[in-house]
Amino acid sequence: MLEVQNLSMRFGGLLAVDQVSLDVQEHEIVAIIGPNGAGKTTVFNCMSGFYKPTGGKILFEGREIQGKPDYKISRLGLVRTFQHVRLFGRMTVVENLLVAQHRHLNTNLLAGILKTPNYREKEQKSLDRAAYWLDRVGLTELANREAGNLAYGQQRRLEIARCMVTEPKLLMLDEPAAGLNPAETKDLNQLIISLKEDYNVSVVLIEHDMSLVMDISDRINVINQGRPLASGTPDEIRRNDDVIKAYLGEA
Amino acid sequence: MASHNLKHALFCAIVTLIISYPILGFNLESQGIDVTLEGAETSTVLGVLLAAVIVFLFQLFRDNVMGSLRQLPAVNPLANRKPMEQSKRLKLESTLLTLMVIGALIWPFIASRGAVDLATLVLIYIMLALGLNVVVGLAGLLDLGYVAFYAVGAYTFALLSQYYGVSFWFALPIGALLAALFGLVLGFPVLRLRGDYLAIVTLGFGEIIRILLNNMTSLTGGPNGIGGIPDPTLFGMEFGRRVKEEGNTSFHETFGIAYSGEHKVIFLYLIALVLAVITAIAIRRLMRMPVGRAWEALREDEIAAKSLGLSRTAVKLSAFTIGAFFAGFAGTVFASKQGFISPESFVFLESAIILAIVVLGGMGSQMGVILAAIAVTILPELAREFSEYRMLIFGAAMVLMMVWRPQGLMPMRRIHIELKRQE
Ligand SMILES: Nc1ncnc2c1ncn2[C@@H]1O[C@H](COP(=O)(O)OP(=O)(O)OP(=O)(O)O)[C@@H](O)[C@H]1O
Ligand SMILES: [Mg+2]
Repeated sequence: MLEVQNLSMRFGGLLAVDQVSLDVQEHEIVAIIGPNGAGKTTVFNCMSGFYKPTGGKILFEGREIQGKPDYKISRLGLVRTFQHVRLFGRMTVVENLLVAQHRHLNTNLLAGILKTPNYREKEQKSLDRAAYWLDRVGLTELANREAGNLAYGQQRRLEIARCMVTEPKLLMLDEPAAGLNPAETKDLNQLIISLKEDYNVSVVLIEHDMSLVMDISDRINVINQGRPLASGTPDEIRRNDDVIKAYLGEA
Repeated sequence: MASHNLKHALFCAIVTLIISYPILGFNLESQGIDVTLEGAETSTVLGVLLAAVIVFLFQLFRDNVMGSLRQLPAVNPLANRKPMEQSKRLKLESTLLTLMVIGALIWPFIASRGAVDLATLVLIYIMLALGLNVVVGLAGLLDLGYVAFYAVGAYTFALLSQYYGVSFWFALPIGALLAALFGLVLGFPVLRLRGDYLAIVTLGFGEIIRILLNNMTSLTGGPNGIGGIPDPTLFGMEFGRRVKEEGNTSFHETFGIAYSGEHKVIFLYLIALVLAVITAIAIRRLMRMPVGRAWEALREDEIAAKSLGLSRTAVKLSAFTIGAFFAGFAGTVFASKQGFISPESFVFLESAIILAIVVLGGMGSQMGVILAAIAVTILPELAREFSEYRMLIFGAAMVLMMVWRPQGLMPMRRIHIELKRQE
């Protein structure tokens, strides 16, 4: 469903991403790994429209999306989280989830001011969806807290829930396990698998936690210094000499 | 640390001297056609010196002073009280509000004419502040040229009535819509700007509008302004002693009561009251609708908002447009109340005062903004004797507020949303 062909991104003299290709099929979890500064986040930024790539193509469901504005890409069903959590800190947890569903709501101002039945029904639906996902990530008790006051792990889960209420087709997670304790990482592990199994969402995942990556990924792409190094199933990657060298060389 | 404080304190004291001595220490005396410079009285000079000493001492012991100032909120008996339950609070709030509105409806019939007139002005400021609250408090866009939209509303009515004899009730929606259109158009060039840059550009817009009004003499009368703006009518009844327009009747004749100038003042007050209530309710609804949440989301984190499919353009423009719409409302009422407007009424200071109301009241909080609007408009009137020091007192009040309650009089409280339990 997603195909990235020879993607390149240059910042002045720095070629942060150089001819990277990858593809994601439906019902699949694909990981992108690589040492720090390899260009993983930059690939995400190009895919989600935050950067306009300097070369290459990105196809989503057969349509070229490179260079499209970020909010339009997100409306196509390609939604991401951030390496550093970005919540609406002074809004409550529920409100964070309601904001994300604005597209499902009637945008007619007058209907909203007058609270027409149609508007109420839609508002109720988005409340229900928010309630469902809060329950799913275990934040129901905190629904009316300000999002900025949550613990780090809870903020991470809320960010994923906020993506899910938009009913995405492809979810891009940038280091979702960073800063989580082992128990939380295990929960996250299960959550991501369930997103794929129960909600039919494909996932692209950037992660440094190797055990998580090896556990849940269907395929893995390795990037080193902006260039693609290897790709394949977890087993193939584990045995790949280049990958071992790159990681050992780094350590 | 101590030597640093000493140096800093000395510096501040000298700056105080440099600033205040030339302003207060010299007087211009005119003798015939000559103007001579004379030293002021000794008491003034002593006063300036004393001020410098106070500044010096304050800066020297600044940490202690500020520290003890910060302790003060703990003295506040309400500070440690438990927050009221949501349902109870809402009930209390709505009862209070209803009582307030009823009181405001009855009050003009017993109050003096001057007081009612002042209250109308307060209501106009409430409308303005509620509108600016959308732009600054909710959407987080620092707009320093808000007065421009107020001017558009006022001038729309003035010009329409002068050239086409349009009545207040027709001009009201036109003025508001035209102001909204200006908000939309002026919003476009500043879409990419944030913070300081946005503030500077909007400040420029405000000035451009005022200077245009000043210079398009043939249309707007320039600095002479436009007079003879009609009062609102009640179902075709005029409030003047004599009927000005063909086909209208006059209010006092229709009801067979003696003519009184007060009728008109009270009527205008009631119109302003109704419009202010409408403004408050409409914005309150908007805050709880997807647009309102989108404004706040954009204020909180623009990148995250975009990643969820919110269009920055649409969200920002809607905030500018809706804010400007209510300023247009206020402008039309203002023009009708004054009967005469000129660019003088729409200087930057107005923008600054409206912004001060929003900040003092508590960004995003409607109750706070309403209270602050009342305080900021009425206090200077009560302290007439000190009118020379008005801005000084105003500034001091702002500084004190920022030290004590940087979040404003009544900071915005998030609404509690009850969720259905999942089974
Ligand atoms: N906006 C930018 N302007 C200039 N250089 C950038 C920009 N964004 C990223 N880079 C550079 O591109 C390179 C790749 O960065 P990127 O953030 O994609 O790495 P990463 O693989 O996500 O690393 P990490 O694992 O630390 O998150 C880095 O050298 C970084 O300094
Ligand atoms: Mg990264």
